[in-house]
Amino acid sequence: MTGSVLFDAPGPRTIARHRLYSILTVVAVVAAIAGVLLFLRSEGELAYEKWEQFVTPKYVEALLVDGLLKTLQMAFTSVIFAVVFGVVFGVGKLSDHRPVRWACTLVVEFFRAVPVLLLMIFIFFTWGVGDGFGPYWSVVFALTLYNGSVLAEVFRAGVLAVPKGQGEAAYAIGMRKTQVMNLVLLPQAVKIMLPAIISQCVVALKDTSLGYYIVAPGLTYIGKAMWTEFPGTHLQTAVVLAVLYISVNLLLTGLATWVQKKFVGEHKPLDVGMTALTGLTAQGTGGAPGPGIGAP
Amino acid sequence: MDDVFSNFDLVLKAFWMTVQLAVLSGVAAMVLGTLLAAMRVGPVAVLRTVASTYVTVVRNTPLLVMCVFVFFAAPNLGLLVGTPFLVKGTIAVGLYTAPFVAEAIRSGVNAVPLGQAEAARAIGMTFAQNMRHVVLPQAFRASVPPLASTLIAMTKNTSVVAVFGIMEATARMRYFVNRNADDTILIFVVFAIGYILLVELISLGAVGLERRWKAAR
Repeated sequence: MTGSVLFDAPGPRTIARHRLYSILTVVAVVAAIAGVLLFLRSEGELAYEKWEQFVTPKYVEALLVDGLLKTLQMAFTSVIFAVVFGVVFGVGKLSDHRPVRWACTLVVEFFRAVPVLLLMIFIFFTWGVGDGFGPYWSVVFALTLYNGSVLAEVFRAGVLAVPKGQGEAAYAIGMRKTQVMNLVLLPQAVKIMLPAIISQCVVALKDTSLGYYIVAPGLTYIGKAMWTEFPGTHLQTAVVLAVLYISVNLLLTGLATWVQKKFVGEHKPLDVGMTALTGLTAQGTGGAPGPGIGAP
Repeated sequence: MDDVFSNFDLVLKAFWMTVQLAVLSGVAAMVLGTLLAAMRVGPVAVLRTVASTYVTVVRNTPLLVMCVFVFFAAPNLGLLVGTPFLVKGTIAVGLYTAPFVAEAIRSGVNAVPLGQAEAARAIGMTFAQNMRHVVLPQAFRASVPPLASTLIAMTKNTSVVAVFGIMEATARMRYFVNRNADDTILIFVVFAIGYILLVELISLGAVGLERRWKAAR
């Protein structure tokens, strides 16, 4: 099938009209970009001196090693912890014992509804300052608690997404509850969850930038150091930071798509709402399987 | 702890700031996001490319970097110099949230069964009629849960502007934490409850809206 079902294959007159729209859009976009560039040039923002530090080896190394590498370290450390947290609380939410289930739900819902920055500031100023564990681990722990709660929900949805007959069959051949979970449900759930976990890495990576507020190492810290050393280069530094973040995130997104295709197939990617309430309804009205009409 | 309760008006004022930021940037994000979503499902290829480029770029940039552009870089260029901080915060959070809104609406359009649009085409409806009478009413219903999630995430994200000197709830917690280093846990709980109330309010609104629209079917 070519094109979308929302409109017919265009006839000659519509094609001409669409061509006009396209030309107008291209002209507008080119004009906008040219306008922005001319404006920046007239302000002297495109001068080589303002960008020089980003091609100087010393600063490039600082950006990549002290900035990007530290950011990646923080993000991946917290995602690994978050997966552990998510497994524990996700299984807890599925427990047969009501108190366990409620306690886990309370913890997960609490950390999902609180802004990461609020959590980070609280952790840093309560246990991080002075003799505490410092800003690096404050960022890691805050991100662990937040992403862990989201992953707990993803995890629960993943276990529930395993066809019911699998668990029933396992019970029927005499497996215990733990065996059913460990040998039958979990291995299949992990496969369904993988893309969601990788997407969560993107979220964690973006949120490491909040460490800026508590002077944690990472890209934004180096960015601040650079615009302090070269006054008036906020724009240039922000552009470079954005490019670095976007490239790493696009790589991760590409990986998630590949994993989705390779291991999960046509199964819809897991998507959980932001709270228990929206989570409930999201499962009921989630996107229909198969190609949708808006898919280009 | 007494400090927080004897200065509770400061807490309320801070949350009022958060609510203002959330409402203003929510409106901005919805308008821009709907526009982007329309461009992404429309028939003009160039518009689709423009919209999806914006979505890809902004979705992968941290909000903090977005704020650096609005709060630091723009004033360097002589833009937004006398603008109130609330407006700057709205610009940053609104621009950042728009692509997520666009994706939520697009997922709603995707959720409308193929046969619906085909049937509308078969009885001779034009693209505009098809969208207005058949696709969009169903798409809005399906996009309520993801939109609610987006708005909740946005409300939480307004905390980032605390970094740039706006006295909203998160900045206010920092203020109280600095003054009462022994009581941080209770102070945190008070502010966390404030955010949880806001978040649950949006959830309740979404559930109510969904129930209402379901009955209208």
